[in-house]
Amino acid sequence: MDTLVNISSTVLLLIGSFLFLSGGIGVLRFPDFYTRMHAVGVTETLATSMILLGLILHNPDFMVDVKLIIILLMTLFISPTASHALANAAIHNDLSKQKDDKPDDEVKPSNP
Amino acid sequence: MKDLLAVVMLLGIYSLLSASFFVAMDAVDVAFTEAAVGAGISTLLMLVAITMTGRKEHHARHKPLLALAVVIVTGSLLIYGTLDMPYFGSAEAPIHQHVAPRYINDSMQEIGVPNIVTSVLASYRAFDTFGEVVVIFTAGMGVLALLSVVRHPEDTAKIDSINHSMHEQHLILRIVSKIMIPFILLFAFYVQFHGDFGPGGGFQAGVIFASAILLYAMLFGMSTARRVINQSLIQILAATGVLLYGSIGIVSLLNGKEFFDYSALSADPVAGQHLGILLIELGVGITVASVMVIIFFNFADRRDFSPKKENKDL
Repeated sequence: MDTLVNISSTVLLLIGSFLFLSGGIGVLRFPDFYTRMHAVGVTETLATSMILLGLILHNPDFMVDVKLIIILLMTLFISPTASHALANAAIHNDLSKQKDDKPDDEVKPSNP
Repeated sequence: MKDLLAVVMLLGIYSLLSASFFVAMDAVDVAFTEAAVGAGISTLLMLVAITMTGRKEHHARHKPLLALAVVIVTGSLLIYGTLDMPYFGSAEAPIHQHVAPRYINDSMQEIGVPNIVTSVLASYRAFDTFGEVVVIFTAGMGVLALLSVVRHPEDTAKIDSINHSMHEQHLILRIVSKIMIPFILLFAFYVQFHGDFGPGGGFQAGVIFASAILLYAMLFGMSTARRVINQSLIQILAATGVLLYGSIGIVSLLNGKEFFDYSALSADPVAGQHLGILLIELGVGITVASVMVIIFFNFADRRDFSPKKENKDL
């Protein structure tokens, strides 16, 4: 039983780390704003959930588990919303696809 | 870097990273404050300031060589100064010899609060903390004196129609924030009143409370938020917090003890300490939260007031 829990938590942590890594590589490698955001937005929620689940399995203390579950719920709410807000702001400011591949000026302010 | 937004974002990231290394060094209270104040609210206030001033830095007419020289000289002097300091973590360092042993050994009997940081901050060093609260209060008053604008009462129907037209665009954000705001406020209260036992306290709680209000104001528009949050009430509250803090000190003076000696507050000294810490943390929390809201609202008001209006909603 103990070995099973350990193995599954390790597997979950590894999957989470892999997803984070792939998201990070995606941010660096993808050509424009939307694809970069796609790389992070999709992987982030799943990766965080995986890592938190792994930690919950890993941790015997009940109160810590409850706190981790609360963090998990918060993440499930907040990170998709943050991605949505980012994409929405980009569309709102007429950021077209394939405009540039410099990360510096991603969200251009609309002309007043 | 000329893009001020990027600079602010980098500063926020830096704050969050320093919060993590504070955690790594076991200073959870400091880390909590850094995460809430440095990464959270100060980033937000700087973003509001940027919407007021514009995003790009102007080109400098001359190279800032003098400033660079001053920075380099000061920095090397500071580094030279650290050479005389004891090694990091050395047990013989004066900081570990002076008052720290007393805090660690006796604070449980004297104050009876499990979180030593809170007992140092709120009881042993209550006068310093009072100074900090007064500084925050003064900052709020300064913003009020310099930036506040006279507002004409707005047309309710117009506000409603603007809000309605924005509703489609902000729908998801609004719903999620409506779900989240009660929990943020609840967490602020938890941090406020659990500060005696775990990391937390008035400063962090005040900032978290204010950030919930700021979130509401950003998503539902300043006019709606102004209808929810009464500005004159907030100003009175900011003063009330400082007054509450100071009057605790006066009460202990009147009872024949020293300024901020809370054992005067109750027959049992430890119970008095508990009560005193709870009350002054409450005062700190009220003042910090209201001053943050005052600063944010006045910045945003000034932005609406300025002639070169940006048509971007926050």
